[in-house]
Amino acid sequence: MPGRNQRITAALLPWRVSIVTTTLLLALPVLVVVSYGLLPAGEVWRHLADTVLADYVSNSLLLMLEVATGTLLIGVSTAWLTTMCRFPGRALFEWALLLPMAMPAYIIAYTYTGMFDVAGPVQSALREWLDLSYGDYWFPEIRSLGGAGIMLSLTLYPYVYLLSRAAFLEQSVCVLEVSRTLGNGPWQTFFRVALPLARPAVVAGLSLALMETLADYGTVQYFGIGTFTTGIFRTWFGMDDSAAAAQLSTTLLLFVFTLVLLERWSRRRMRYHHSSQRHQSLPGFVLRGHQKMGAILICSGALFFGFLLPAGQLLFWAIETRNMIDSSFLQLTLNTVGLAAGTALLALLLALLMGYGKRLIPERLTSASVRIAGMGYAVPGTVIAVGVMLPLAWIDNSLDSLMREHFGISTGLLLSGTLIALVFAYLVRFLAVSLQTVEAGLGKIRQTIDESARSLGARPGEVLTRIHLPMLKGSLLTALLLVFVDVMKELPATLVLRPFNFNTLAVRAFELASDERLMDSSSAALAIVLAGIIPVILLSRSIRHSRAQHDLST
Amino acid sequence: MTYQLELEDASVRFDSLPVVRQVSLQLSQGDIGCLLGPSGCGKTTLLRAIAGFEPLHNGRIALQGKTVSSERVMVAPERRRVGMVFQDFALFPHLSIADNIGFGLRDRSAGERRQRIRDLLKLVGLTGQEKQHPHQLSGGQQQRVALARAMAPRPEILLLDEPFSALDPELRTQLAAEVRTLLKEDGITAILVTHDQSEAFAMADHTGVMNQGQLHQWDSSYNLYHHPATTFVADFIGRGTLFPIQVADRNSIDTPFGLLSGKLPPPLEPGDKLQLLIRPDDLHLTTKPEGIQARIIEQLFQGADFLYTLQLEDGNRFQCLAPSHQRHQTGDRVTLKLDIQDLVLFGGDGLALESRS
Repeated sequence: MPGRNQRITAALLPWRVSIVTTTLLLALPVLVVVSYGLLPAGEVWRHLADTVLADYVSNSLLLMLEVATGTLLIGVSTAWLTTMCRFPGRALFEWALLLPMAMPAYIIAYTYTGMFDVAGPVQSALREWLDLSYGDYWFPEIRSLGGAGIMLSLTLYPYVYLLSRAAFLEQSVCVLEVSRTLGNGPWQTFFRVALPLARPAVVAGLSLALMETLADYGTVQYFGIGTFTTGIFRTWFGMDDSAAAAQLSTTLLLFVFTLVLLERWSRRRMRYHHSSQRHQSLPGFVLRGHQKMGAILICSGALFFGFLLPAGQLLFWAIETRNMIDSSFLQLTLNTVGLAAGTALLALLLALLMGYGKRLIPERLTSASVRIAGMGYAVPGTVIAVGVMLPLAWIDNSLDSLMREHFGISTGLLLSGTLIALVFAYLVRFLAVSLQTVEAGLGKIRQTIDESARSLGARPGEVLTRIHLPMLKGSLLTALLLVFVDVMKELPATLVLRPFNFNTLAVRAFELASDERLMDSSSAALAIVLAGIIPVILLSRSIRHSRAQHDLST
Repeated sequence: MTYQLELEDASVRFDSLPVVRQVSLQLSQGDIGCLLGPSGCGKTTLLRAIAGFEPLHNGRIALQGKTVSSERVMVAPERRRVGMVFQDFALFPHLSIADNIGFGLRDRSAGERRQRIRDLLKLVGLTGQEKQHPHQLSGGQQQRVALARAMAPRPEILLLDEPFSALDPELRTQLAAEVRTLLKEDGITAILVTHDQSEAFAMADHTGVMNQGQLHQWDSSYNLYHHPATTFVADFIGRGTLFPIQVADRNSIDTPFGLLSGKLPPPLEPGDKLQLLIRPDDLHLTTKPEGIQARIIEQLFQGADFLYTLQLEDGNRFQCLAPSHQRHQTGDRVTLKLDIQDLVLFGGDGLALESRS
């Protein structure tokens, strides 16, 4: 048991220092933003508070309410059906229901707008068919708060689905059977036993979905809804007031922080909700007749509207506008892939540094550092952009004036507006992803594995190369891929921090769609969706693996 | 002579908490030792100290006469030439069975390595399965791979940490005897940690009983049972009852069963208060009228024999083993005959008195 041995830990001082330094660097953007939040309010802030702030708060809350309702309805019902019931296509739905994760909300938003807007094919067909003209009939407005809620729910429900599914799988069948013997039917058993037992997991999944909702910029901006993220952009670029933007960001962080606490709290409670260690095979209620049709309808509905329909539309548009795939599109793809791959590699190295540090030095300081470094996933990209921009611009400006004063040279912008700033922001937000994967991989390697290698004559370095690296290979690759895809999809931070004339696929798709060139944006959007399928495949593989284990243990 | 393993006042502390206190023992080449005790007694920590995973706070550990752990010396685990079998086996999941066994044979030539792997696979009865991976094997097979892997580099000593606890109880004693045969065939010195005395009896030449970090007795299984050094050992090994007794005169003691005579150690005076250990096999049921009268208050059928719980007139309770055809009902009055070879007596400090007749 390390940690007790003073001689071992003393030798790891450089490691400890680099962990703490990395964490401080990664926490810097949030610290800067929060410190601005503590400054006295300026003119613009007072103006904001008087006019739009109430709108931002109420819109954000309403959106969260809609997304909470939507993701719970879709996520919990599909999770229950695919784990506990038997109906045709269940094995397919089990992984296919994750596909909407590949679809960034802003992309689904353009696609649905293109399909269901006044000029879109659906309404045109309706008008032609019923011989109506615009204004004669009512059709739900897609570009609205309600529409945004639906778009976000359709892409975010997999968080709830994944975690509730895992919770249902872990439930002891005996508990459910006891409920049946005590006179509860399947429905009552679900509502009185299974759902309460899974509640912590459901809440954890829901808080992740809501964090994504708060972080969303593309959808609400495209739909013209005033929320915190769009407000921060407007204040920063429209009113040119960085302090007020930072103060808006701090307010947003308060919301996010509440969600983080909610998530942590429910994850802690999850541990106490396993009433039995023995996992028997799940009962598998065989559905018949109406029930069967209903189950198939619910699952295929989520899959169709969340993925198949928008992806099909994108594919159709991309084929129509295939002339968009030219050398500049290739350059764009190259930019994006290079940026994403570089960031993924850096994030992996940092995650290894931190994950190993925590394993070797199990102290409060190191594990707190690692935990803080892993909190970035909760911080919206917009807030990180503000937090990165402020200090870097300050450094650039002071350096520039210093050089001009003493040497008469203008250094210009050395850091802000460069790839360094952009990659830094990505690391702040996505290190958590690779860190989590690396930590999970390391956690599976028991201490006794290290010790038996040592007692067989392997030096510590050899333990790393002969045992850990081969065992971690899968986790490391997963960590790389997940960060890679997240960077590809990221929009708001890239919009703010990208160097002049440097575009990524996400930015290009967003710009084209904002210019009402929906069809032209489809090839870029489709490329992002295709990349987004990679983590879905990884996840579904791990699901299949867990199910195999699950079946084995019976 | 040089012992294969020698511990001198070995002490381990976690921060300031003493976990192993001044343990001394010796193990000769080819012998199998066992550390036995309840969970939390420090036996696993002591094993890990021998392997080099825990530093000593005090004392000395020597392998083949060479100090490997002391206050100042701490030889790294990979340079001690110890083999260790872990409770969870800790097989390398990414390597095949053959590669697992060959892991510690890096410095040998390829031919030598292949030969050693083949020999060990044969020894543990897994020939033909060298290409498989650990997850494809049963628990008992994994255990044998872990054993073969630890034996492969021909270690000075083999350390086994509760090697059978992950297996089905029915398998354990059988496997323990098998492993003992394997180790003896290869002439390997080994030390095993367990909380299960039947494993210790099945495997070990010498067993040390530990409690709260202290080694109470380092002895043969027979002596642990029949000549326990402390009341803890008497209580922990086998069944038995301790009766408070009084010394009557130089050659006899006054017990609930009446006066018993035997050779008592010299410093005792009439009137001294002691404790006497009675094992269930120290008493026999008899059909003769004269003897100790008792009433049966509980019976446990164990197959070959009955374990009766009996009560004396004065309320003292004890246990007695009887062949299974001597069948009685609860509540029956029976007559007993004492058949004690040695009086096992303990003083007020819980230590045994030298009273072997």
